[in-house]
Amino acid sequence: MTHIPLEHVLFLSCILFSIGFIGVISRKNTLFMLMSLEVMLNAVGVAFIGAGSAWQQADGQVMFILILTLAAAEVAVGLALFIRMQRRYHSLDIDQLNEMRG
Amino acid sequence: MSTFMLSALPFYPLVSFILLITLGKRLSWQQASFLSVGAMALSAISSGVLVYQLSQSNMHVFTAQLWSWFSLKSNTGTTDVNFTFYLDALSSVMICVVTGIGFLIHLFAAVYMKSDENFSRFMAYMNLFIVAMLILVLADNLVLLYLGWEGVGLCSFLLIGFWYQEKGNVLAARKAFIVTRIGDTAMAIGLFMLFKSLGQLNIVAVSEAAQASWQVGNNDAYWIALLLLGGAVGKSAQLPLQTWLPDAMAGPTPVSALIHAATMVTAGVYLIARMHGVFLLAPEVMQYVAWVGASTLLLAGVAALVQTDIKRVLAYSTMSQIGYMMLALGAGAWSAGVFHLMTHAFFKALLFLTAGAVILALHHQQNLFRMGGLLKRLPVESTLFIIGLICLMALPGTSGFFSKEAIIAELWSSSTAGPSLWWCAIIGALLTSIYSCRLFFLAFLGKERFETQLHIEKSKLLRMSLIILAALSLLGGLISLNLQEVFAVVSTKVVNMNEPSWLHTVAILTPFIGIAFSWFFFSRYRLGENNEIVAKQNSIYKFLRNGLGFDTLYQWLLIRPYCFIAKLNQRDIIDQVIMLNAWYVRLWHDTLSMTQNGSLRWYAAAFGLAIVCLVGVVTL
Repeated sequence: MTHIPLEHVLFLSCILFSIGFIGVISRKNTLFMLMSLEVMLNAVGVAFIGAGSAWQQADGQVMFILILTLAAAEVAVGLALFIRMQRRYHSLDIDQLNEMRG
Repeated sequence: MSTFMLSALPFYPLVSFILLITLGKRLSWQQASFLSVGAMALSAISSGVLVYQLSQSNMHVFTAQLWSWFSLKSNTGTTDVNFTFYLDALSSVMICVVTGIGFLIHLFAAVYMKSDENFSRFMAYMNLFIVAMLILVLADNLVLLYLGWEGVGLCSFLLIGFWYQEKGNVLAARKAFIVTRIGDTAMAIGLFMLFKSLGQLNIVAVSEAAQASWQVGNNDAYWIALLLLGGAVGKSAQLPLQTWLPDAMAGPTPVSALIHAATMVTAGVYLIARMHGVFLLAPEVMQYVAWVGASTLLLAGVAALVQTDIKRVLAYSTMSQIGYMMLALGAGAWSAGVFHLMTHAFFKALLFLTAGAVILALHHQQNLFRMGGLLKRLPVESTLFIIGLICLMALPGTSGFFSKEAIIAELWSSSTAGPSLWWCAIIGALLTSIYSCRLFFLAFLGKERFETQLHIEKSKLLRMSLIILAALSLLGGLISLNLQEVFAVVSTKVVNMNEPSWLHTVAILTPFIGIAFSWFFFSRYRLGENNEIVAKQNSIYKFLRNGLGFDTLYQWLLIRPYCFIAKLNQRDIIDQVIMLNAWYVRLWHDTLSMTQNGSLRWYAAAFGLAIVCLVGVVTL
C-alpha cells in the first residue's frame, strides 16, 4: 500500500469543501443545496480520515462516523422541511423563502 | 355682608355657565334661559345693592379677599397676588353697566336666539363673558385684571365664531382674537416692566408707588403707559388695531350688543382710567391717547358714512364713540370719559338690540338698501331706534348729550388736548349726526325695498328689555357719577387759558347742523321716490367702506410677508439641523437592513466570505 501524503488528502478535502460551498450558494433548488451540504460534510470527513491515518490514530474514523450520523439526521430533518415547503409554496426555490428580509 | 355679596358677584354667572355647559342640550329653552337670565338678574340686583351700600357707608372702598393666589419676589420684598375684589366708585359704575346692561341683553338674547339649536351653549358663553368682565373690573391687582382681560378675549372669540359652520364667521373670530392678542402682548410686557421697576402689582399700591418714586415725564412711566395704551388700543378697537371690530359683527346680534358695544370694548377705557396714576406721570402718552382717540373718531365716522350693513354702521359708530372716551381720557377728563362709557353702553345696547329686532323681522336681512319704510311697519322698534339715535347724536336732553358735552367742554383748555382736538371732536359729532340720519332715512323712511313678509315678534320680554334700555338712554344723563375720590389728583387744565364764549354754542349746535345737512343731502334716501336705491360702487366709496383700506394695508404690510416667510421656512431650518441626527441613524438603518434581505444563499455567501477574511487575518 503506497503512502499517500497528508497534503494531498487535505488538498482534496479543500477542493471538495469549496465545490460543496459553491454549490450551496449558487444552487436555487433546496434539494441540490442539501446535496452540496453533504459534499461539504464529506470533505470534512475525508480530512478526518486522512489525518487519522497519517497519525495512526482511530479518532479520525470515530469522528467520521459521528459526521456520518449527523449527516443522516440532518438529511432526515432537511427532507421533512422540504416536504412542508413543497406543500406550502409549491416549489423548492430557496429564493422564495425571503419573507424575513429587513 | 357686603363683603360676601362682593365676593359672590361673579359666581352667579359662573355657576350658570358651568351648569349650562355640562348639561348642554338636555336643558329645554325655558330651563336654560331661566338659569342664565336668572343668574344675570341676581348679579344685577346684588351689584345694585352693593353700589347702594357703598354710597351709604362712610368707606369709599369695599374689598373682599377670596383666596391667596401666589406671591412674587421682587427687589423690594415679596408681593402677594391675591384673588381680591376691589369695589370703588369707578368699578361700581362698571359693575352696574356690566351686570345691568348684561342682564337686559341676556333677556333679549333668550328670545332672539330661541330657535337656535345650540341655545344653551350660546347662553353659557354669554355668562362666561360676564364672569370675565366682572373679574376684570373688580380685580384689585393687575394680574387678576389680566386674567379677566384674557377671559374677555376668549369669550369674544367664542361668541363671534358662534355660528362656526360658516367660514366667514370663523375667520372674523380668528381675526378678532389675533388682533387683540397683539395689544394684550404689549400690555403684558407693560405689566412686567411695571413690576420690575416698582415691585408692585396691586393697583392702588402701584399708583401710590408711581406717584412717590417717579417724576412727571419719567422714562419708565412713559414706556409703561405706552405699553398699557397698546393693550387698551387692542381691546377697545382704536387705531391702529381697530380692524377686528367691524368684522366681529359676524356674531349674533346680542353678542354685538354685549361685547362690541356695551362692555368689552370699554375694557381698554377702563384700564386707562384705572391706571390714570401712571398715565398722569407721562403727559406725552396722554397726548398719544388723545390723538389715537381723535383719529379713530374721525376715521370710524367717515367709514360709517358709507356702510351698507346696518350692523357695520353701528360697529363703526361704536369705534368712534370709544374714540371720544379715549379723547376724554387723554385730555385728563377722566370722569367725563367714564360717564360717556356708561351712557354709550345704554344707547349702543339699545341701538344694537333694536337693530337685531329689525333684522329678525326682516328674516336676517342686514343690508340697508334692502330696507326702507319700516317706520310705518314697525312703529315700536322705530321709535326705540330713534331714541337710540338721538342719544348717539347727543341732542340736548338725552344722556349722550350730557356725557359728550362734558367731554367736549374739557378738551379746549386741557394741557394734553387743546383746540385742535376740540375741533376733531366737533367734526366727529357732525359726522355722527350725518351717518345717524343716513342710517335712519335708509332703514325707516322712504319706500319699502323688501319683498318678504315681516316676521313680527310679539314677545313681551323682548319689548320690555328694549323699553328699559330706551328709558336708561333718555334719562341716563341724570345719573350723577361721584368719581371725585377716584380721580382726586387730577388737574390737567391750563389755568390761564381763555375759552372763547362760542364754544358751547357750537358744540350744542353741531348735531343740528348735521341733521339739516343730511335732510337735504340724503333727501333721495328720505323720500325714496324710486324703488331701487343702490349703494354707490366707485373706488372711493369702496375704499371708505372697507374702513379706509386698513385691512388691505395690513394684508400687504404684515400678512403677506409673514405668510411668505412662513412658506419659505415651511420645513423649519432649525428643525433640519436637529433632523441631521435622525438622518444619520436612518442611513445606518437603511444600510444594515439592506443586508438582511432574507435570502439564505446571500447569508451563506456572506458567512463564507467572513470566514475567509477571518482566516486570512489570523494566518497573515
